[in-house]
Amino acid sequence: MSNEGVDGNRRRFLTAATSVFGAAGAAAVAWPFLASLKPSAKARALGAPVIADISTLEPGMRATYLWRGQPIWIVRRTPEMLAGLDKVAGQLVDPDSKTQQQPAYITDKSRALKPEFMVMKGVCTHLGCSPILRADHPAPEIDTNWQGGFFCPCHGSKFDLAGRVYKGVPAPSNIIVPPHRYEGDTVVVIGEDPKTA
Amino acid sequence: MAITPNPYKTTGALGWIDDRFPLTKMWKEHLSEYYAPKNFNFWYFFGSLALLVLVNQLLTGIFLTMHYKPGAETAFDSVEYIMRDVPWGNVIRYMHSTGASAFFVVVFMHMFRGLMYGSYQKPRELIWVFGALIFLVLMAEAFCGYVLPWGNMSYWGAAVIINLFGTIPFIGPDLVVWIQGDFVPSDATLNRLFSIHVIALPFVLVGLVVAHILALHEVGSNNPDGVEIKKNKDPATGIPKDGIPFHPYYTVKDLVGVAGFLIIFCAVIFFMPDGGGYFLEAPNFTPASQTNTPEHITPAWYFGTYYAMLRATPSFAGTQIWGVIVMGAAVVILFFVPWLDKSKVKSIRYKGVLSKTALGIFAVNFVVLNYYGLQPPSALVQLVSQIGTVIYFAFFLLMPWYSAAETTKPVPDRVTE
Repeated sequence: MSNEGVDGNRRRFLTAATSVFGAAGAAAVAWPFLASLKPSAKARALGAPVIADISTLEPGMRATYLWRGQPIWIVRRTPEMLAGLDKVAGQLVDPDSKTQQQPAYITDKSRALKPEFMVMKGVCTHLGCSPILRADHPAPEIDTNWQGGFFCPCHGSKFDLAGRVYKGVPAPSNIIVPPHRYEGDTVVVIGEDPKTA
Repeated sequence: MAITPNPYKTTGALGWIDDRFPLTKMWKEHLSEYYAPKNFNFWYFFGSLALLVLVNQLLTGIFLTMHYKPGAETAFDSVEYIMRDVPWGNVIRYMHSTGASAFFVVVFMHMFRGLMYGSYQKPRELIWVFGALIFLVLMAEAFCGYVLPWGNMSYWGAAVIINLFGTIPFIGPDLVVWIQGDFVPSDATLNRLFSIHVIALPFVLVGLVVAHILALHEVGSNNPDGVEIKKNKDPATGIPKDGIPFHPYYTVKDLVGVAGFLIIFCAVIFFMPDGGGYFLEAPNFTPASQTNTPEHITPAWYFGTYYAMLRATPSFAGTQIWGVIVMGAAVVILFFVPWLDKSKVKSIRYKGVLSKTALGIFAVNFVVLNYYGLQPPSALVQLVSQIGTVIYFAFFLLMPWYSAAETTKPVPDRVTE
């Protein structure tokens, strides 16, 4: 094959241009496939808020709701449980909840809009297991100063009854408090921020 | 370079094919005239056994897929349907689930053989690299398959493994949603893992196995002495003096290995199909529940070593990504073994006392880590796992030093009997 009379620059330009357009085309073709993996319209619709009626929740008990397919716990904390929060503060990573694991409008140190009702995700911040409620105490097999809290069976992470994480466990941060608001005194809307007056 | 059709000048029906497709050529190059060292021992069974288990997984997998229904609502019930109502369905499923565990047993032995006899050393680096890739794909394949029954262990196993990606700073949480196709592991997640398990990864796996074998047959097999048999050829025939044709000698020998393997394999399938709770875990006989994590969650037994490393690493600087990095590095480091070993000799038989000790400690440590990776979390488990993780990495990272520093024994010219 003869290369005589071939314009080398022209050939190089055409080869490069074709390659660039081909690569751009390939990237464009990849997009629908990658985007198809995102949550579908149906899955997104299931992220709607959940109404929780807590009027029948007894002190010291927990109710579980499902929001976006994840367990949301509401624990009705007794005065004794609330008092226990201070007793473990020295053992916690972030006792003052400085890291934003809760909406900005939750400023109380008990990490709740109303200290009596703790609303939190039932999901460990380590790798997403659902911790077990261990309200009983003392429980030396968990911690010598256990005041009640949550114990993750997967990797042994420990949280107090405000979902604050203990030092020296795999989970790095406090349990997430989802956006929520009260409608009246006994109805919690999970997944919606309080309406600003 | 022109390809000459039918170099062996066959005739008749075979000749007609050989004129158009290199059938006789492939048969000779890979079997009847592939010369393997004559001193293969017990450890050389595991390559062909891995191939056997791969075929078992593909075959049983095809039949399971005919009855299995992916989907959060249907998966668990369809697996129970296979177990109870499909004729022989339980046996086919047990062949597949036991096959998964057998795959890892065989592959661990195969990899240990490679470490013992230096089968990764020049010119066999790429064989080892392809092998390490196979191991990686195998782990992904096993994970996807483990999720498919959508039992409670499947569900929470999927949650934990997918959430590993959530530890990546900034993009982590969005990446998890993208991988799951939902805000939690759900129907969408199960279906995509099914697709990956039955289509994507098997293709990749088979392709890598072909590359692994092609690379092996290009340079020839290593052997327990680590002697290059191609250095000592019969001048008349050009055949290595220490080589024997793979077929019939090793095909027949491997059949003995297959028989021995199948005795154990079938005994498990028939008499202990759940492998004492290690091949099929009890919590996976209850349907997935989004609100209840099993009391004691562990991965399948073959991930124990790497899981121990994940748990052993504490969170630091507000992120738990370090455990994921350590676990990932433990697999990635395998790829570098050919370049970490600076020894003048291949086989453990002629290496010095340092290499022998290191490999011995590594093997014991691997088993210990595996055991502790499956125990419920406690202070002791944490401590042992941390020490074990350090030993695991020390074996590889100190290899350039101890493999070069020690005195090796002289390697014979020919393989020993």
